[in-house]
Amino acid sequence: MIKQWKFPGGIALGDHKQTTEIRDTALPAELIYPLLQRSDCYATATVYPGERVLKGQVIATQKKPLTTPVHAASSGVIKEIAPHLIAHPSGLTDSCIVIETDGLDEALPANPCLDYHLETAENLRIKIAQAGIVGLGGAAFPTAEKLQALQPIHTLIINGAECEPYISCDASLIGSHAQQVVQGALIMQYILQAERCIIAIENNMPATLQALHEATSQESIQIVSVPAIYPTGGEKQLIKVLTGKKIPANSLPTDHGVVCQNVGTAFAVYQAIIQGIPLTERIITITGKGINHPGNLRVKIGTPIKYLIEQCGGYSQNIQRLIMGGPMMGIALSSDDIAVIKATNCLLGMTNNELAESQSAMPCIRCGDCSTVCPAELLPQQLYWYGRSGQLEQCQDYQLFDCIECGCCDIVCPSHIPLVQSFRSSKGELIIKEKQAAQAQLAKKRYQNQQQRREKEQQDKIAKAAKRQAAIDKIKAAAAKRKTQGV
Amino acid sequence: MLFLCVFFALLGLGLGYAARYLKVQGEPLVEQIDALLPQTQCGQCKYPGCRPYAQAIVDETAEINQCPPGGEETIAALANLLGVATQPLNAEFGETNAPAVAFIIEQDCIGCVKCIPPCPVDAILGASKQMHTVIASECTGCELCIAPCPVDCIIMRPLAPPPGQWQWTTHHD
Repeated sequence: MIKQWKFPGGIALGDHKQTTEIRDTALPAELIYPLLQRSDCYATATVYPGERVLKGQVIATQKKPLTTPVHAASSGVIKEIAPHLIAHPSGLTDSCIVIETDGLDEALPANPCLDYHLETAENLRIKIAQAGIVGLGGAAFPTAEKLQALQPIHTLIINGAECEPYISCDASLIGSHAQQVVQGALIMQYILQAERCIIAIENNMPATLQALHEATSQESIQIVSVPAIYPTGGEKQLIKVLTGKKIPANSLPTDHGVVCQNVGTAFAVYQAIIQGIPLTERIITITGKGINHPGNLRVKIGTPIKYLIEQCGGYSQNIQRLIMGGPMMGIALSSDDIAVIKATNCLLGMTNNELAESQSAMPCIRCGDCSTVCPAELLPQQLYWYGRSGQLEQCQDYQLFDCIECGCCDIVCPSHIPLVQSFRSSKGELIIKEKQAAQAQLAKKRYQNQQQRREKEQQDKIAKAAKRQAAIDKIKAAAAKRKTQGV
Repeated sequence: MLFLCVFFALLGLGLGYAARYLKVQGEPLVEQIDALLPQTQCGQCKYPGCRPYAQAIVDETAEINQCPPGGEETIAALANLLGVATQPLNAEFGETNAPAVAFIIEQDCIGCVKCIPPCPVDAILGASKQMHTVIASECTGCELCIAPCPVDCIIMRPLAPPPGQWQWTTHHD
């Protein structure tokens, strides 16, 4: 038993979890892959409409090193590359690659590796990047990039603390593939040369804990059960609980010798290295009272949500809202004609009974409950006031960008103020402002360069004219001289 | 007593010297104003660019409410910097439009190069009798290229943010 610390704030939530056997899903008729990867980062399609692709084939890449390609999850023909609804809070459409599957599920040959100890860490990282692995906990940060630490790493944490209610995909994964998850963790430990590796599980999941203990009897991995307080599963929060280290603002855990990876990511690393197959599937929890047969499903990335819901017996009558992600941090979807992406860990169909009664926001009474529960130790009420009055610089001074948008403050606010939404909006405004400033700077530079160039051209012109005039004068003078001499 | 007088006189001289020769050079006001302007170089303020307008504000020959692309936000920032009251945008100089970039309808372009010199940021690419195009990422939306075009093939297209640049909004009541 290793020593544990407490992170500030947080709240205990009901778990609503049902860890079930993983069900396989049938092959959908279409697979849809958005080209937008993370925030503002687009992949470029490498296939053309009409082309036949195999399972595991790269269909879109990014240029930067260690960024992740997108792989086809089944064989078929590229139907189109066209705008389609994407899983994004904006509800906007964006370019997507659509594959019409042919039902054969023909795969590219796998490239297994018998003993990863014979490979260099660099090679393994490249393999992980080429397999398209990103953090499967929800943030979708490229795993290979995270495994490339500039500092020596002493601790690798495998995050199995699914702190949001309803979500149980990681627990089910451990339940059926504990060995592989441990193998994946060992591979990452080998890459990082980390002294210790900890797998963290919330203490309300005894079965999962048991499965892991059985799988790691001989291994040098510590299994730790952490208190189920939301948001223990947040990266910085979990690091605080397990190591007592507080990761400061504007720095990454890798700067402090810690790397945190999700359980699903460890499994994907195992598949990529040992079995040699890229990331084309993941486990997704489909749950909520709005779904007839909830469960944990093995899903091909790119599968339309509508199809998955059909596989789960469809919606129940009183479904009110469909959410991608958990009830605390997920995004409400406007339609189910959207495909699941690598970051999708849960689809939640909520009924009116489950949803918090939406009440209109009342004025802030400055009770301070929000700052008591804030796991990032911010002052949400202060941020709210500054954001509301447009004092964005003050927001930045109060570390707005440290907000992890966990939603604890929203829950405890007695005035039902949508605080997180207000913070997201302020963050957006600041980002846009920064972009505009950069644009203005660029325009200024180009304008100044143009001014300089024109001035130089003008001067050259004058100099040239003067030179020509001098030459003419010279000739004229010579002619005049000849004339006078001739006369 | 005399000693004290001499001592203080020396201190006074020392301070005077320091004030004069060790003066910290602040950023000139015109630079500070220029940094707040949107750098569209559109000339709607009736000056030939953002910098000349900033100079005019310093010289007190121009008001702070002559910049339509900057709008209320720029006026507020200028008022804050200069310590004067904000005022509404002077409609004489135009009104604030949604951000847009120029777009050349390529099948209509005759390759006359008339639009290229007016562009303050060299965002139009083209040569004589060749089709022209606007580099959208460099265009400031100043509209200076529209009037010189003899075939009216340049239009302004609003900048719709892609999902990657979409942002949350709240309804501050």
